[in-house]
Amino acid sequence: MKIFAIDRQGKEYTLEGRDGWSVMEILRDGGLDIAAECGGACACATCHVYVNDGWFDKLPKPSDAEIDMLDMALAVEPNSRLSCQIICSDETDGIKVTVAPE
Amino acid sequence: MTDAPAPATSGQPIHTDVAIIGAGPIGLFAVFELGLLDLKCHLIDILDRPGGQCTELYPEKPIYDIPGLPIVTGQELVNRLMEQIKPFDPQFHFGEMATSLEKLADGRWKLVTDAGTEIIAPVVVIAAGAGSFQPKRPPVPGIEAFENAGDGIGVHYAVRKMETFRGKNILIAGGGDSALDWVINLAPLAKTLTLVHHRDGFRAAQHSVNQMRELEKEGKVKFHVASVKAIHGEPGKLTGVTLAGHDKSEWHHETDAFLPFFGLTIKLGPIAEFGINLHENLIPVDTARFESQTPGIFAIGDINTYAGKLKLILSGFHEAALMAQAAFHIARPGEKLRFQYTTSSSNLQKKLGVS
Repeated sequence: MKIFAIDRQGKEYTLEGRDGWSVMEILRDGGLDIAAECGGACACATCHVYVNDGWFDKLPKPSDAEIDMLDMALAVEPNSRLSCQIICSDETDGIKVTVAPE
Repeated sequence: MTDAPAPATSGQPIHTDVAIIGAGPIGLFAVFELGLLDLKCHLIDILDRPGGQCTELYPEKPIYDIPGLPIVTGQELVNRLMEQIKPFDPQFHFGEMATSLEKLADGRWKLVTDAGTEIIAPVVVIAAGAGSFQPKRPPVPGIEAFENAGDGIGVHYAVRKMETFRGKNILIAGGGDSALDWVINLAPLAKTLTLVHHRDGFRAAQHSVNQMRELEKEGKVKFHVASVKAIHGEPGKLTGVTLAGHDKSEWHHETDAFLPFFGLTIKLGPIAEFGINLHENLIPVDTARFESQTPGIFAIGDINTYAGKLKLILSGFHEAALMAQAAFHIARPGEKLRFQYTTSSSNLQKKLGVS
């Protein structure tokens, strides 16, 4: 399963997702500059990404905790998500995300 | 929501055995291990309370991998560590950032904070995690030029004196408790107060949201689902911002002050300027002493790096114990270190106040 990611400098990455891992973990291990300060606990909003090309509506809806935590993210857009809360599966194969500014 | 602590005014340097930068779980446990060896500690932390990430990021989240505590929240763990180190009477300097570190002629270190506190000690322990918590700065080009513009004008990430904002046009951004608390507190004295947030919903406490909605009805607060896209004025003299809605519409908004409240993020901060060898923002240490490549300066917890390093609280506890053994020989040159167990040593039990 693939993840297509764009970092803050506009560089494009094609990463291999792992079933059950969060997109944040794949981005971090793939060498993208993503702080993820709380380590994936939905507690810091520093793994903020934009979900592109219609993928936002294909994902399971964010939890109330994630929607609340996004209030602490900068430059939130309608397609904003916390990447620690997007879990890789066959359904996310091919997802496109852009790391949000910090 | 408190005003900043008063700077230390005594002007007298503090003399102690160990200066610890960072009062997170590892800095706190270091007090215990050093205390067993009769070394006294002063701790500096930029936050206004102990616990570091545990209490700032996840006070209510359960932690499951602390040996002997099958489940404990970040706040509970910190409370227990504070109880555990109480017999050693650590001295805390909260709300202060360690800004410089200098070696004195006698070999000791002088650590200075942004509040002017000076600590002189033979040993410095850096237990700073990923660095210091600082306000998140919105990604608006040129925003830095409007910070520190003066009382009540420009960009502020905290409110120190409410009175300085009297009669001003104020723009607040954010949807958490700080944003809404300051909307409610500043609305009565502002000329105008505008709140912008990316959605028509807020993570802040419900009673704060209700109060904000009430102020909006009374016309004392204007609320827009929008974000700040650009900032205008001469450096130091903010005149207005460009606001943008999700529908891509943009409009100009005049304001004297812009107060973004998006919580805190971690930046390495002045530690990078201390002259200690760093590798990718981490401090390389040896695993026998957990000392940096500068003798007398130790690094424990998430801030250090070594072969096999795991960023776990339990690893930091181990590092603190070994650091203390090495630190003893620097702080007490020529003295014999007596290794004892708390279970059997009446001497240690006396220090702990249990015998």
